[in-house]
Amino acid sequence: MADLRTTFAGIRSSNPFWLASAPPTDKEYNVVRAFQAGWGGVVWKTLGEDPPIVNVSSRYGATSYNGTRVSGFSNIELITDRPLAVNLAEIKAVKRAWPDRAVVVSLMVPCTEDSWKRILAEVEDTGCDGIELNFGCPHGMSERGMGSAVGQVPEYVEMVTRWCKQHSRMPVIVKLTPNITDILAPARAAKRGGADAVSLINTVMSIVSVDLDLMAPTPVVDGMGTHGGYCGPAVKPIALRMVGDIARDPELAGLPISGIGGISTWRDAAEFVALGAGTLQVCTAAMHHGFKIVDDMIDGLGNWMGQKGYPTIDAFRGLAVPRYVHWDDLNLNFKTIARIDQDLCIRCGLCHIACEDTSHQAIAAVRLDGHRRYEVIDPECVGCNLCQHVCPVDDCITMVPQPASAAPVTWKDHPANPLRRVAAE
Amino acid sequence: MTGRDVAAGRLDAMTLAANFADAHPPLTAAQAVVEASRCYFCYDAPCLEACPTGIDIPGFIRKIATGNLKGAAVTILESNIFGGSCARVCPTEILCEQACVREAQEGKPVDIGGLQRHATDWLMDQDIQPFIRAPATGRRIAVVGAGPAGLACAHRLALHGHTVTVFEALPKPGGLNEYGIAAYKVPDDFAQREIDFILGIGGIVIEHGKALGRDITLDQLRRDYDAVFLGLGHAAVNALGMGAEALAGVTDAVAFIAVLRQSPDKAVLSIGRRVVVIGGGNTAIDAATQARRLGAEDVTLVYRRGPAEMSATPVEQDWAKTNGVRIRHWAEPRHLIGRDGSIAAVEFERTTLGADGKLAGTGQLFTLEADMVLSAIGQRLLPQPVPMLTLAGGRIAVDEERQTSLPGLYAGGDCIAGQDLTVSAVQDGKLAAEAIHRRLTVGA
Repeated sequence: MADLRTTFAGIRSSNPFWLASAPPTDKEYNVVRAFQAGWGGVVWKTLGEDPPIVNVSSRYGATSYNGTRVSGFSNIELITDRPLAVNLAEIKAVKRAWPDRAVVVSLMVPCTEDSWKRILAEVEDTGCDGIELNFGCPHGMSERGMGSAVGQVPEYVEMVTRWCKQHSRMPVIVKLTPNITDILAPARAAKRGGADAVSLINTVMSIVSVDLDLMAPTPVVDGMGTHGGYCGPAVKPIALRMVGDIARDPELAGLPISGIGGISTWRDAAEFVALGAGTLQVCTAAMHHGFKIVDDMIDGLGNWMGQKGYPTIDAFRGLAVPRYVHWDDLNLNFKTIARIDQDLCIRCGLCHIACEDTSHQAIAAVRLDGHRRYEVIDPECVGCNLCQHVCPVDDCITMVPQPASAAPVTWKDHPANPLRRVAAE
Repeated sequence: MTGRDVAAGRLDAMTLAANFADAHPPLTAAQAVVEASRCYFCYDAPCLEACPTGIDIPGFIRKIATGNLKGAAVTILESNIFGGSCARVCPTEILCEQACVREAQEGKPVDIGGLQRHATDWLMDQDIQPFIRAPATGRRIAVVGAGPAGLACAHRLALHGHTVTVFEALPKPGGLNEYGIAAYKVPDDFAQREIDFILGIGGIVIEHGKALGRDITLDQLRRDYDAVFLGLGHAAVNALGMGAEALAGVTDAVAFIAVLRQSPDKAVLSIGRRVVVIGGGNTAIDAATQARRLGAEDVTLVYRRGPAEMSATPVEQDWAKTNGVRIRHWAEPRHLIGRDGSIAAVEFERTTLGADGKLAGTGQLFTLEADMVLSAIGQRLLPQPVPMLTLAGGRIAVDEERQTSLPGLYAGGDCIAGQDLTVSAVQDGKLAAEAIHRRLTVGA
């Protein structure tokens, strides 16, 4: 049986599945229920200075896709709206009762050294395992000079991280905002500031939908809406890319990454780990289905690891990173051609119309004795694989690698590249 | 043995009401969106080709998925003005849903009928008239028969600006939709509400109590109108013979179904305790199932061939069985056994396929006791009112445009060859209307 225990930036947890800093981790009541359900850790919902912030009603927006609810999720909620002392007391009690689980505390206070110094001492006193700096919240707090307002300025990220390392002995995880052009800039700044790890992504700035009757962005608060932070399954591809960028950056080598962004299943988790994440943080999936989902995450990941022969998370962590390359490292002489399995084909014609209308006119629609038949026109097929994606039948369309016509060549060396490298004479 | 056991009110009022309410309740809005999302929006969609009226099925389903219900309904009704009743009565399992690629993929087609009903019901509930008549042409067309063929023809002609008079022998319009289909398939007076909607386009007048050959003649119509369409249906049922007419309790199933449909109170309808239905089509199924739902204790449907040869689809056969109807194949009635002038039993002979491939008796006999016998052994055209027309196989011969052997005279529905389905009748009426329109406008 695979061993799912993790040690992440010195923080131990019984499995890599943590609840991200969000409503599910706002109170002792929720966190205890999560630990009872089997979650390996939590990042407690962000603490700030008293007096507590005030929240609005309603707070969430969601995208439904073809009847599937919450394929994307957005919130305009702020950090915890409970007094600091209440949160600190509960954190202390929970950590004492659940020593094998990770209890990390998310923090966000004004960008002055005194503010950070003050709260760090109080948090350290709870016995929690570490802190996560919320440099990501893109709404409400950013207008007050906190959250993503800090995370979007690498110098601030470095400065605050340094304060936290100076004024506490706790491991420091810096949570990064995706609302930035180059994710490497704040990640490198965090490392310069002494961060023990980074976590990403925080939410993506968004308007999740417009209410066409009220003519206002949702959620509508007394007739008005504001932008929120987008998360859930829809943002997973964005998160994976940013995690991969950090994992392969030589300057950031060895910096632990806690993956966040649309993780809903063990398979999502495995993909994040393959791209270098050491722990996984989950929020939307739990808010959609409750804490019980962790059961299959643990079980499914363990079963898959067992099947693949990976005894620990570290055994496969980052295995996909060396294969995440830049476009100009790809072999331009590699070619595949679509093959349609006529026995599996259900004659929906989607491959044909996608190719005919929007691509390369490489799939013919023919009738044989009145029966529909869709056939690849090999010389026209560029192997783009659009047909494979639109085909509703698993394994009906496969992309078959063609015998190499020439030695592998990348754009760096390609004859069509005017800036190509010239081989030394 | 006491006398014939025939009685009304075998079931209490609540049970009867439930038995004749909507057999297949409509999809909810949420169910419709999920079901619509199962449609792959196929290119060259097989379902569309399998629909006799050629409804753009992927097109209307996508509109349901996006919440464009008006657009969905109009897409349906443009091709099939009886889209609402076809959604309820079409044997989709042998038409669009059989062709659905989901059927090929996973044996579970998209519920096209249910989705079609969802869209058309929505439109009718909104009281929207989506069609606008073309300017009046001054042309007048006579339609005989206010069934699906006749009214589909009338609607399309009215749409093109022509004026239509429909002659109907019965007191209500609708044809088989009103008189010939099981009550639980079209409850809540749906057939009449749909016809009100169809007539809402304007330019169509129905004259009831006018039978061809009795109150009006074909010569007259051809003289007085610019074109004539015949949607005569089947005015006659095949006789059971064997002295049936002399025995009380032997009824033709078509009449049984019509009486049932026209009775608002099912508790007044008499039904035998033991009912034998003879035949293998949808009329036999509807009669047998409704006999059960009226409270008959023991209903046996007897068909002379096997299940594959029944014109009732496997889904209909299963429906009858689900309702507790026993189906016996390979047997033909030989004698009706009476007692005191009433039916008491039916003697059957087991049948088989002979060496020549034809049906043959085996000589083995069995008897089913019966308090009531419903005969559903086929219906046919009564050709007397149309003596001048060429027939083929006992039906009016037509060309591709549904024109008969006489120019300007068209026909469609069950009185011509083809599948005896509402949807086919609608297509006939529509094609004939387009042909008439071309005929009256080209060179005009």
